[in-house]
Formats: sequence, structure tokens, C-alpha cells
Amino acid sequence: MDHQTLVAVLLLAPLVGFFINGFRYRKHNHLVAGAIATTMVFISFVCSILLFLNLTEMKEENRRIVVSFFEWLKVGNFKAEFSFVIDQISGIMILIITGIGSLIHLFSIEYMHHDKGVAKYFSYLNLFVFNMLLLVLGSNLLVMFAGWEGVGLCSYLLIGFWFSDESKAAAGMKAFITNRIGDAAFLIGMFILFLQFGTIDFANLNGLAPSTPTHDWLNPLTIACLLLFIGATGKSAQIPLYVWLPDAMAGPTPVSALIHAATMVTAGVYMIVRLNPIFMAAPNALLVVAIVGAATAVIAASIGIVQNDIKKVLAYSTVSQLGYMFLGVGVGAFGSALFHLMTHAFFKALMFLGSGSVIHAMHEEQDIQKMGGLKKYLPITHLTFAMGWLAILGFPGFSGFFSKDEILWMSYHSPMGHPALWVAGVLGAVMTAFYMTRLMALTFWGESRVPKNIHPHESPALMWIPLVVLAILSVIGGWIGIPHIISEILPGHPANIWEHWLNPMITKIPGLAAANPQEEWTLMGVSVTLVLLSSGIAFIFYGKASELPSKLSENFGGLYRLLVDKYRVDEFYEKALIRPFVWLSENLWLHVDVSFIDRCTHWCSNFVKGAGAMARTVQNGNLQQYAMYMALGLVVILSYILMR
Amino acid sequence: MLLSTIVFLPIVFGLILLAWPSERTLRPLALAFGLLEFILSLFLLHLYDPSTPKLQLVENYLWIERFGIRYFLGIDGISLWLVLLTNFLMPITILASWKAIEERVRGFHIALFVLQTAMLGTFLALDGVFFYLFWELSLVPMYFIIGIWGGTRRIYATVKFFIYTMFGSVLMLVALIYLMLVTQEVTGQMSSSILDFYKLDIPFIQGQFLSPQSLMFFAFALAFAIKVPVFPFHTWLPDAHVEAPTPGSVLLAGVMLKMGTYGFIRWAMPIFPEAAAHYAWVFLFIGAVGILYGAWVAMVQPDVKKLVAYSSVSHMGYIILGLFSMNEYGVTGALYQMLNHGISTGALFLLIGMVYERTHNRVIAKYGGLAGKMPMFALFFFIALISSIAVPLTNGFIGEFLILLGTFKAYKAVGAIVVLGVIFGAVYMLWMYKRIFFGKPGELVTHDKDHPLHDLNLREILVLVPLTVLIFWMGIFPGSFLRLSEASLKHFIANQGNYQLSVLEKESSYPMALKESNYGN
Amino acid sequence: MLNEAWIEPGLNHYLMLSAIIFSLGLLGVLLRKNAIVMLMSIELMLNAVNLTFVAFSKYSGNINGQVMVFFVMTIAAAEAAVGLAIVASIFKRFKEVNIRFFEHLKG
Repeated sequence: MDHQTLVAVLLLAPLVGFFINGFRYRKHNHLVAGAIATTMVFISFVCSILLFLNLTEMKEENRRIVVSFFEWLKVGNFKAEFSFVIDQISGIMILIITGIGSLIHLFSIEYMHHDKGVAKYFSYLNLFVFNMLLLVLGSNLLVMFAGWEGVGLCSYLLIGFWFSDESKAAAGMKAFITNRIGDAAFLIGMFILFLQFGTIDFANLNGLAPSTPTHDWLNPLTIACLLLFIGATGKSAQIPLYVWLPDAMAGPTPVSALIHAATMVTAGVYMIVRLNPIFMAAPNALLVVAIVGAATAVIAASIGIVQNDIKKVLAYSTVSQLGYMFLGVGVGAFGSALFHLMTHAFFKALMFLGSGSVIHAMHEEQDIQKMGGLKKYLPITHLTFAMGWLAILGFPGFSGFFSKDEILWMSYHSPMGHPALWVAGVLGAVMTAFYMTRLMALTFWGESRVPKNIHPHESPALMWIPLVVLAILSVIGGWIGIPHIISEILPGHPANIWEHWLNPMITKIPGLAAANPQEEWTLMGVSVTLVLLSSGIAFIFYGKASELPSKLSENFGGLYRLLVDKYRVDEFYEKALIRPFVWLSENLWLHVDVSFIDRCTHWCSNFVKGAGAMARTVQNGNLQQYAMYMALGLVVILSYILMR
Repeated sequence: MLLSTIVFLPIVFGLILLAWPSERTLRPLALAFGLLEFILSLFLLHLYDPSTPKLQLVENYLWIERFGIRYFLGIDGISLWLVLLTNFLMPITILASWKAIEERVRGFHIALFVLQTAMLGTFLALDGVFFYLFWELSLVPMYFIIGIWGGTRRIYATVKFFIYTMFGSVLMLVALIYLMLVTQEVTGQMSSSILDFYKLDIPFIQGQFLSPQSLMFFAFALAFAIKVPVFPFHTWLPDAHVEAPTPGSVLLAGVMLKMGTYGFIRWAMPIFPEAAAHYAWVFLFIGAVGILYGAWVAMVQPDVKKLVAYSSVSHMGYIILGLFSMNEYGVTGALYQMLNHGISTGALFLLIGMVYERTHNRVIAKYGGLAGKMPMFALFFFIALISSIAVPLTNGFIGEFLILLGTFKAYKAVGAIVVLGVIFGAVYMLWMYKRIFFGKPGELVTHDKDHPLHDLNLREILVLVPLTVLIFWMGIFPGSFLRLSEASLKHFIANQGNYQLSVLEKESSYPMALKESNYGN
Repeated sequence: MLNEAWIEPGLNHYLMLSAIIFSLGLLGVLLRKNAIVMLMSIELMLNAVNLTFVAFSKYSGNINGQVMVFFVMTIAAAEAAVGLAIVASIFKRFKEVNIRFFEHLKG
């Protein structure tokens, strides 16, 4: 098959699945709908592999497949084709999306089997995959934006999937609107880039990016990059727009795994990596990206420490890990950020699906206070979850270790980084280790606190197979990007395939000094030690029933409440933004529209009416008065004639 | 003759309906007429030559010699799509009124057809007086449609609508007469042809409001602004929409509002170019205010129809903004948005009408959880909604994107502010959607004994499917629409300040056979 | 003596007389409430005009003025006939000739 057909099949297969399940959503049961949807995504996965293999066979200088279908929009100089590009970056992304996507579809078959709207669910999920592919494959900003909004829409539909629950519907709406704020900024950023460079095509934009970076805050490029980054904070749940992601856990758990962990939320990182030459030309914007990323990593992790809902913990963990990716991007380590994006997709999808398995076993119970000791009942889930846990911890050898360590090292070493960023990163990692260990301990280990009426059971094979696959990936996924200092001591000196693969697509960091192995070893040692220490403490706290946590929360009551209340950001937005706008709107309506404009028009009409009523009194039927007017008129006319 | 046929055929239909003996076959007959008219107007697509901005299919006869008033019809890339929109919406409207209109069916359909003639004439007439006749004629049937088949406060609404629009158009008439007198002064022969108006050089004094050109411009602009309607002349719209029956709302929002924006692009802006450029900031301002104001006020409406009416104010603000950004992106986007708004808001009004037929209630708070009862309805509503909030791959996105791009290119600050409208648009629509379709079933949904909430029937699906198809078609293949308007819009942008139109000579428009064979390839 | 005291009446005298009569008629129309008196006053005004016509005709030697008088007299007769008929029928119905009462007829 030629490339055009392959890309068409890759894109359209999920769309076809969407239509089949969508039109027959009343007829299909979970097996039929699930089989159709999973097959369609799997077809996409096969296409992705084929395309990727094609890509590897190409020469490195022109390693890209460009496929154009038709001209989407052309007005004046503005031209946007419906065209797609597969290169080193998007090639990896489509593998992640369709690969993890197929696994999650497979998982969903059992997970959703009791749900009446299962066919609808699968059609939405397929639509999401289509839009996500649109996002990553688009060869220009407009097609990317189409996917960008499309995934937001699917996310809206899937978060509010159980729409009869008011709060779930509200969570969907919140997600869409928060994303829309980012999208509005994205649009303006796109406009600036277009007006600046006269194109929105990625290849042209990246080619036209100035080689000398600008340090002017008001330079259009800096502003454009900052606006695009605001778009990314919406989609990728960074400060200040992260508030929608924890609420988004209202959706079915596989949705959280696919959309709110592995794929959609990473779109912001992908977008910046895609445009890395442009961003490199605006280092000020990257500085903001790095700071926001580091701050998000720390703050979200700190909230994660006190959450009791298994999915909420994972949600905050996702926000925090996305912060790492932005930290990496911000210090110019685009490859490492993308690397972390991939490993995170593995282990976080794994943990979300694992939590789905737990929730399934616990009959929709999500509170980890009511779990404990589940190791016994859910051996496979426990084992795979533990792999994810070790990966996110950054336990040496596991995938998360390599990617996270890359980012931490670069945040220190890169001339665009700063030791403070490294400290923030390590702090985030320490807290991550704490709350993830807490989650493990409260859920799987220790005494069972499971209510009497619930009898947990291991999930069926359709559910644990994806878990096992993802667990394997979480373990070995990092081995394609082994840092030089480690590979030197390993037998056979495995090359850093990842770096080599992405190299042509990534702008070099200007002024990057050669790495000092001793420094790198020290920093790595410090962070790993701290992480292990922190998980050890968490294990002591929560591994056995212990008084320590409650004592601590009593002693630091204020801080504890602040964390439990998630820094009261939602309440702040409610008070500072939502209420004033509603208040303003109501007053505009009642006082401007009804009281002012309408009153003015009524006044006008009343004026005419009044004038008419006044003129009417003249005609009162009194003959003598009429005669008087005539006589007076005569006098006036005569006197005018005579006086002239 | 094609244009005359298209314009006046609906009146003939109306007369036939007047004399039609059978009450029972009235609706199918009207529907057939509507479809016939639509198919007839599809011939325009074939006959129209998109390569030139010149006026085509022109019919130009002297009508009243003494005043130089002409019977002058013609079409170009700007009016083409509006004519098609009108004729596309008409059969849909007739089909939608099947159950909504239960009394005086004959009169209603006659009013619809008269309205159709008036709207088509407005878009196609190229003579000032001729245009004015159609412009005013459109008020009469709409007056009756709201006043007879409307809701409880229909008399107030219809009088408000009539007088508001009448007020503006009277000023336009004064300006029109002035223009005719100027043509007499300049050429010695009085004329009201738009081509002669374009040639005039009306004195314009920079910074002086009382110069003739500014005054005339504002006289025209006020008439159009009220029709659009832009903030602060919009208050007739919510009342008219709320009281109008569903078909009335659809035509009012779908087509009649476009008469205002069309008036700007055909009459007010090219005839008074200096004034239009000099006072563009006024319209940018009220356009931008209208976008945000409409969105905010829509947010707190308790009545769903009023909400959509205010959303129209917001959307029409975009169109004004696009027009007055005066670059190709903005103006193209504005033209596209005129069509989009007709389709998406038309669809929303149709949908609201469908649920109103079942419950006879439009208060948002009384609904809730409707998606569980009427999933198909919820789906179609959602599609119309995403088109309205401009999600990519729907038509609304193309229009809004181009308008924002054009505005941002021309005036950075304005563009940056109105992009907030994209956010608030999503807020009021999704909030409304949540309150009606999601959450716990509301009182109207739980107690539906006296108004069974069955899902859409075949007729209703037939009404909605063409709109849905267009929503996506226009969003994915905008080129197939913009291609035909490109030459005209380019000409409009390139010749600001001295806009002229000429008539395509018959010789070049006749060898159709050749051209069609080219299309085939 | 007597002859000297007698001033030959000129045009001005006639016009003055006519003006006085006209004003009396006008005042009558404006001030009196009785419809029949008002009709008589109108008659007075018309005759004042007639007098003017005749006077001008006499002094300018143009016979047209006197012809006009005949027209006026005919119209006055017609007007009196119609007016009186209306007043009479209203009186028959309502027993009232006060002009203020006639206001009620305006509906």
C-alpha cells in the first residue's frame, strides 16, 4: 500500500468505527461494539507500525512522509491543506496513541460490559482516537487545531458520559470551557505566527524560525509562543488551567487512562516539541514554560499526598508528571520531554487501568481508605500496578527512571535551566514517591479495610492482558533511551536509540557544555536516594496501621486542610471569575437591556404617543373653536401679507 | 429571465395557494413549491461564472423613466449564496411548520411565500428604489407571521419589530432620494441604479460629521444596523424571536438578519467608501461589544429561545466585525458566517420548536435529563450547538476563524478582545445544554403524561438532516462554497475606495455548453 | 347747509361698513352658543362680503363683482337650507340648539 492509503486507513478506521457504533448504538452489546471499536483502532495500530517501518527505512536527511488529501481552506495568502506528516515525532506519537489506544479499548470491553450505553461509549472513544490522530498528524497548525478542539469535545462527551449525574455533566462542561480558554489563546498565537511568517505549515514555520533567539518580551514571537503555551496549559492541565483534570475523573476509568493520562493531555507537550525551533527562538517563553512546569509538578504532587480517591491521586499525579514534561521542554530538552511523555503514557495508562481493575473489583468503590490488603485478591493487578509504581518512582532500571532523570539532569545542566528548577523537580519527585507509595500501601498492602458486603475478585483476562502488556512496557520502555554515563558502564554499551532517532528534529541548545559525569552521577544519586527515602517513610506511615499520619495532620492542621482543599483554587476561580461574570451578565441584561435600551425605545414611542394625544385635543368637536382657529389663521396670514 | 422567475415565482405560488380548493393538500403543495423553487435556484450554480466579479444574469429595464428607476436584477458572488440560503431554508421551514402551525394554514403559507419573494428581491435588486420596495415588503409578511401565529405577547413584539426596522429604513429612503438627486446633478439624468451610485463622488470632509457622505452613510448604516441587529439596536430581536412561531424565527434569524449585513456589503460600504473607512471604528466597537454583550446576556436567559436570540446578537457582531476589518479574511469570513449563522441558528430554532411542540414550555430550568428521553434529539441539538460554538470541522469554525484572523490582522487589540467571545460562546451554549439535557430529569421530563416526550419522528429527522449535512460539508470543504465568491470578494477588497461593478456581457455568458464540458473534466 | 353737511359716501365708507358687519358676524359665530343664531351670523358675514363686491364693482366699473354676488347669494341660500335642516333635525331629536351640545356628534 502506498503512503496515502495507509494514512487514510490509519485516520479513517476509527472514524468508521465511530459511525458503525454510533448509528447502531441501541443494537450493539458490549462484545459487538467493543470488537468493532477495538478492531478499528488495531487496524490503525497496524497502519502506524507499517508507516513507522517505512520511516525507519528512509534516509535520515529526509525522513518524513507527507500526505495531502485536499485543500481545506484557502483565502488570500492563508492556505491550509488537509495534509498529514509522519516524521520522527509524529511517528512515535501515532504508535503510542493507537497502541495504548487498542489496549484500552480491549480493557473497556469488560469494564463497560454492564453499561447500557456501551456502544455509544465505544463510538466516542473511536472518535477520540480519530481526533487525536488528526492532532498529531496534522502538518499545519489549523489541522492540529481541528484535532485539538476535537479531542476536547470527545473529552467533554466522555467525562459527561454518565450525564444523568449532575456533577459529572458539570465536570465535562468545566473541562471543555477551561480548554476553550486555552484554545482562544492558541488561536491568537496562530494568528501571530501566520502574520509573522505568512504560513502555518509546521515545516515552513520551523524552517523560517530565526536562528538568533530574541530576548525581547514584547517580540511577536515571544508573545505567540506564550499564547500557544497558554493553549497548552489548557489542554495539558498546567497552572493556571489545570483545575479541570481532577474533575475529569468523573468519566469512566479507561477514558481517564486513554485521554486524561496517556494521550490528549500530552498534546500541549507535543505541540511545543513540534514547534521547537520557534520556541527556541523565544527563550523567554521557554523560561515561563519551565517555571510553570516546575511549579505545577510540585503543587499538583503536594495535593496528591492527601487525596483519598484512587483516581484523584492518579489525576494529580498526571498533572504533576505533565509538569515534568513542560519543565523538560522549558529547558530545551525536547527529546527528554517526549521521552517522558512516552514512558508516562505507559505507566500512567497502566496505573489507571489498574485502578479501573481495582474499582471494578470493589464494585465502584474508589476510596482508598476502604481498601487495603487487596494484594491477596488481585494478584495480577497488584503485580502490574507495582511495576507502574516503580516506574513512576524512577526506580533505577524502570522506564520512568531514565526519562525523569534526563529531565532533572537537563534542568540543572542546560544553560536554559537553573539549579532551582532541579530542586523543584526533585522535590516533586520526592512527593510523587510519597503519595504513590501511600497509594500502593493503602490499596494493596496492609490490613484489609474492605467493607463486609464487598467481595473483591480478580478481573477477567480481557482486562488483565492489557495490564500485563503495559507493565512490560513500563519496565523496558525506558531502555531505548539509556543515558551515556550509564551505557558506558553497561556491557555492550547500548546506544541511546531515542536521542539518535529524534536528533534531526530537535534544535540544539546553544552553549550546551559537555556533561561532567561526576556531576551527573552525584545528582542522580541524590535524587534516587531521596526518592527511596521518601517512599520508605510513606511505607512506614501507611504500610501498617499507624498513628503517625493522623498525628501529623493534626499538628499541621492548617497546611493539611489547605492541601485537602486543593489550595482552594476552584473556590477562588468561582469567586473571582465565575460569579462576577454571572453577576455582570444579569445586570447587563436587567439594567442595560431591559431598563435602559428598552426604556429608551419605550420613551421614544411614548413621546410620539404623547405628542399625538396632545395634537388630538385640538380636534375636540367644538365648532366655535375650529372657527376661532380659522379666524386666527386668517389674521396671521393677513398680517404676514400686510407687514411684508 | 431566470432571476425574475426566481424572485417572483413564490408570489405566484402564493396566489395558487390562495385559490387552491383543498385544505388538506395545502401543506404538501406548499412543500412541493418550496422544493421546486430551491431546485430552480440550483440552476444558478450552473449558470454562474465564478471567474469574474461582474454582475451576471442581469435583467435591466427602465421602469419609471422620469426618475430613472429601473427594474434591475443581477447576481454576483456575494448575493449568490444568500439566495441559495433563502431557498434552501424555505422548504425546511415549510416542513417544520407541519405541526407548529395549526390554524390559518393557507394564510401562513402565503405569508411565507410573499416573504420569500421579498427576501430574494432584496438580495438580487440592484436598483435603489427597487431594492427599497423589497426591503420594506419583507416587513409585511413577517409582521403577520409574528402577529397572527405568535405567542402571548405577539402584538407587542410585532409592533416593536415593525416600528424599529421601519424607523431605520425611512432614513435610508431619505438618503436614497438624496443620492438620486445627486445623480441628476452630476449626469443630468436621474437614476437610482446602484451602478450609478457607485460612480458618484459624494463630498466627504475628514472629521466633519455633517458632510453629506457621512450623513448618507449613517442613514443607510442605521437601517442596516437595526436589521442586523447590532448592539444597541438589538432589543427588538429577543422579543420578536420569543413570540414568533418556529418557522418565523428560522426565517428571521436565518435570512432576514442577513439582509442587514448584505446591505452593508452591497450598499453602505461601497457607495460611501471614505465614510465607511473613516467610521469603521464605530462599527468595530459596537460589533465587539455586541459579541461579548450578546454572549453574556445570553448566559443568564431563563428562556431557551431568548438565549438563542441573544446568541444571534453575538454572532452577528462577528459578521459586522469581519466586514469592517476590510481585509479579505474578515470579509470572506463575514460572508461565510452569514451562511453559517443561517444554518446553525436556524437548526437551533427548529430544534427548540420541536421540543416546544411537545411541552409548550421553553423555560430551561424546567427541563433537565432530556438526553435520556430523547437521545436523537439531543444528538441533533449537539451538532447544531457545536456548529454554533465554532468547533473545527463544522461550518461555524471556518467563518469565525476567518473573521478573527481578519480582525486581528487589521486591529490587534480588537482581535485579542473578541477572541474572548469564543470562550463565552462555549459557556452559554454548554451551560444551557447541560441544564436541558443532562443532570436529573426536570419536572417537564419526569411528568410527561400530558405531553409524551417521544423522540424525533421521520419528518423531523428529514428537516434536520440537510442542515446537519451542510454543517459538516461547509466545515470540511469550505472551498466548494468560497470558490464561487472568491472573485467578487477579491474585487471588493482590492477596490475599496473606488468600487465599481460592471455587467457581464451576454456574449461571454452564453457559450454555456463549452463551460459545462469543462466542469465535467 | 344741509347739502354741505351731507358727505357723499365713498368706497371707503362701504368697505368700512362691510368690515363692521363682517366682524359682527364673526363674533356672532365665535361667541354665540345658539346654532340658529350662528347660522344667522354666517349669513351676516356672507352679506358683508356681498356688500364689498358690489361696492368694488360700482367703483371700478367692473360688472363681474355683481355677478359674483348672485353666486354668493345662491350659496348662502343653499347653506342656510342645509344648516337649518340639520339644526332642525337635531332639535327634533334632542330638543337642543346649543352648539356645545353638537360636540357629542363627533363620536
